[in-house]
Amino acid sequence: MSAIDVSRPPAPPVEDQPQRRSELVLGFMRRTPAVPVLLVVLVGGALVFGGSFLSARNFASMAVASSFLLIISVGMTLVIISGGIDLSVGSMLALGAVLTAYAARWGSVPAIVVPLAVCTLIGATQGLLIGKGRMPPFIVTLAGLLFARGLAFKVSDNGNITHVIPSGEWVTALGQSRFLGVGLPAWIALGALLVGMVILYRLRFGLSTYAIGGSEEAALLMGVRVVRMKILLYTLMGLLCGIAGLLVAARSSSGLSTIGSGLELKAIAAVVIGGTLLTGGFGGLTGTLAGVFLLGVIENLINQIGTLSSFYQLVVSGTFLIFVVSAQSLFARRELRRSGEVVF
Amino acid sequence: MTTLSRPAQLVSTERAGTFIREKGVYLALGALVLFNLIATPNFASLRNVQLQLVQVSPVVIVALGMALVIGTEGIDLSVGATMALAASMVSLFVDRSPWIAIGMALVAGVVAGLLNGSLVAFLGIQPIVATLGLFVAGRGVALAFTKGRLVEIFDPTLEALGRERLLGVPISAVIALILGIAIAIVVRRTSFGRNIIAIGGNRRAAVGAGLPVRPVIVSVYVICGALAALAGVLVTSRSAAADPSFVGLLIELSAITAVVVGGTPLTGGRVRVLGTVAGALLMQLVFSTLIRHDLSDSDARMVQAAIIVAAVYFQRDRGAR
Repeated sequence: MSAIDVSRPPAPPVEDQPQRRSELVLGFMRRTPAVPVLLVVLVGGALVFGGSFLSARNFASMAVASSFLLIISVGMTLVIISGGIDLSVGSMLALGAVLTAYAARWGSVPAIVVPLAVCTLIGATQGLLIGKGRMPPFIVTLAGLLFARGLAFKVSDNGNITHVIPSGEWVTALGQSRFLGVGLPAWIALGALLVGMVILYRLRFGLSTYAIGGSEEAALLMGVRVVRMKILLYTLMGLLCGIAGLLVAARSSSGLSTIGSGLELKAIAAVVIGGTLLTGGFGGLTGTLAGVFLLGVIENLINQIGTLSSFYQLVVSGTFLIFVVSAQSLFARRELRRSGEVVF
Repeated sequence: MTTLSRPAQLVSTERAGTFIREKGVYLALGALVLFNLIATPNFASLRNVQLQLVQVSPVVIVALGMALVIGTEGIDLSVGATMALAASMVSLFVDRSPWIAIGMALVAGVVAGLLNGSLVAFLGIQPIVATLGLFVAGRGVALAFTKGRLVEIFDPTLEALGRERLLGVPISAVIALILGIAIAIVVRRTSFGRNIIAIGGNRRAAVGAGLPVRPVIVSVYVICGALAALAGVLVTSRSAAADPSFVGLLIELSAITAVVVGGTPLTGGRVRVLGTVAGALLMQLVFSTLIRHDLSDSDARMVQAAIIVAAVYFQRDRGAR
């Protein structure tokens, strides 16, 4: 468990012989079970629906539909790798969307600045309570969920008003225009993913994130500024929620205060399907991309069937989640047993 | 912990802190009741008390199961979906007999709990993720059973369950009270209760001590699922309709809040049953008080958020690092 567990016997020496192919495949399955499942689903979709599924247009629409979840999931991956969790993202996205539409009356610049500023501020407050206040992230962000939704409702007069972005404001272009045939939100989500990858894999920030998730005490002893890192992580999460909310509002030209409910769990599902462990310290963004894409493809395929009601989408997504996570856990336990760990 | 060697003053402030930590939820509840008695007209009226009790009892019932799960260092996000499943079961079987309907609803809850518990106990999946699957799928399955519709239910027995009172107390509140006492006895007086606390305190040590860790964990999720199903039946009977889209929506959050505000830490190893009931009552009373005093629904949510943060801030373990 922790890095300074002296009771554990030393790990068996690593044998030099090349790994067998089956072991390589198993290891890959364990790390990112979403990828093989995704491939199976893609091939199956292509066989059943052919052109209407495989068309570039369909993939472009899938990319845009998944972009909001991807932006949120990038932040969620970092938070979960650090051993935390953020339940407030769905409400924060709604708050961002409502504030965008509300502030658009003063122009396009406020429509961008206000939601980003407010969401970042709420994220920073959560980070402060979690980092400096040493309170459990689950509870703090649960309160954040209530608070952000309450604020979103308040701005839209208890949900009685849906603010609309005045026509002619260029901020709507962020959600509606296309680049190379694909909607702008997808490109922005891709940008967020790349920035997240640079942060996680190339900067010390990323290394510290893994260290905190692996063992907070060990990270502290190594000189990682744990409190500051936590504040920054939840601040970044808030900013990403603001961006996602802004894009949702720009796309629909309005800010609905009820959107994003349950998004936090969808994002957690995408991250976990992508192979990141909720215990922290292990995972990555490539898997998260696969997880988000998998959920998007499932949604798309069920829409293609058409006659199937939307609630089957829930059944299928939930079943996939249980299946993928069980497979992941089985492989991990098998590997642990093989390395002499006591598994219970 | 030897407090003898410390200066007397330090000890007394520490005691005050401990007192707030231990009894804070009861103090807050008492203060809120007092405030309402003075400032809210008709607060003590029979009708208002009955209304509050009817509204709070499903949350209390779900929170009792949740407290046991959290005691083992687990969590169950699927309770709302389980309520929806129970509601759909009632709608499917009510034509045969209301008792069969209630029985099948409870069976659905037990099956849900078995699934969650097995994923946690045998596959070692983290409880949040293990119960997330059913959280997503359960409501979908419930909607599939009712073909995505709201099903109205006309049945005298179920209607009586929702409307009748025992000595003026709504039946759902009586059930919640009985269950509260039962769970409190289980936690304090039985080896099952001690096992829950031992597992939540240190699972590795519990395994080492030869406790039946896996059966206890599975049973805890089964109890939680069955209680959620019961709450689903009560909500369905009160509204005379099974609406899987909305039955129990977000109740997992209310239940977790009640448990945590009541002083049960999310890290497990401790279960406070009375505190959980008080926590549920407190959150319900806060909400209704704010609404009665002309604060909007949105303000009430934000105040609830502040109360959750304050409650956990006072309860946090100051001994750590």
